[in-house]
Amino acid sequence: MTPTPPPGDPLWRDEFSVYAAEERYVSRRQFAKFLTLTSVGMFVGQVWILAKTWMAPKHTYPAVAIGNVADIPVQGVKLFRYPTEHDTAILVRTDAETFVAYSQKCTHLSCAVFYAPERKRLECPCHEGYFAVDTGRVLQGPPPRPLPRILLRRDGDTILAVGVDTHGEG
Amino acid sequence: MSDLEFFVDPSRCIGCMSCVNACAECDTHRGHSMIHVDFLDREESTATVPFVCMHCENPTCAQVCPADAIKQTEDGVVQSSLKPRCVACSNCVVACPFGIPKMPSRLEQMMKCDMCYDRTSVGKQPMCATVCPSGALAFTLRSTIERERREVPVNEFVFGRQTVRTKVHMMVPAGTATISLDVLDHLWISHKGVLQ
Repeated sequence: MTPTPPPGDPLWRDEFSVYAAEERYVSRRQFAKFLTLTSVGMFVGQVWILAKTWMAPKHTYPAVAIGNVADIPVQGVKLFRYPTEHDTAILVRTDAETFVAYSQKCTHLSCAVFYAPERKRLECPCHEGYFAVDTGRVLQGPPPRPLPRILLRRDGDTILAVGVDTHGEG
Repeated sequence: MSDLEFFVDPSRCIGCMSCVNACAECDTHRGHSMIHVDFLDREESTATVPFVCMHCENPTCAQVCPADAIKQTEDGVVQSSLKPRCVACSNCVVACPFGIPKMPSRLEQMMKCDMCYDRTSVGKQPMCATVCPSGALAFTLRSTIERERREVPVNEFVFGRQTVRTKVHMMVPAGTATISLDVLDHLWISHKGVLQ
């Protein structure tokens, strides 16, 4: 029979008892149970996230006129906001017939990227993250993902933004 | 655990060291004796006294252990330090009021008398008590010792402001209820009355 410690003892005396009978060992079975239950919990959580992603309504993007072909010179750019007023974007005319547009937020820390025509790439000045102007993929630097691409449609002389391609990311 | 109890009678010790050697022969700590035979006052007397662990009810050594390495089993026996936990800090060595734990630096682990737990837990006597020729170490029934001896068993010790109750009994002259010790009383005082 182990004597009961006097009341008012500090907590550590209870947690690190000198009595062998009060030792709290974790048995192999307990540990295996903990691992199994935690793994099951993780799995269920992942399934839930996946289901939530599938269930989420698809984004619908409005078609917004950005500008006229004639207003943008070759190698010129035009800044606009798409799909909302808070999302800055950049339109680049890489040659006479080719227009590309990307979100202007660097995927690293959301600095604004700019177009460097002599090097044919979008550059982020903050940490020298560079993106290819034709695809938006990362050429160098810390950005983890390509720039979200803004899908364009040409309607006569007007260029319309019609959607955002996030390369499979959210 | 049987009803047998451990009684130490310093007045019977003849300093033969049988207990020390018997202890050192034990397989669980071969070569290391866990019992100390001390001279009480070497200058004045040849008297010796054997010191086994007194197995305090509230063991100071375990209370001061920062590594939670010293445990008391349900039958009140305070065990040697647990090898995976002991950090060889010697806190217990310094704190024990009886001076029992030793920390052999070669082992890097505190070792102390565990009342031959492998033996006493199955009803056998501890090694030292089996070999003691004078009965200074006795592992027997309380009724037997009370019948056979003039001395009485006492298990309450007062060290200054600390009162310690122990599982092992010390045989003292009849009429003594507690053993009271103060370190200051035993420091050697020179003839000029100066502590040295």
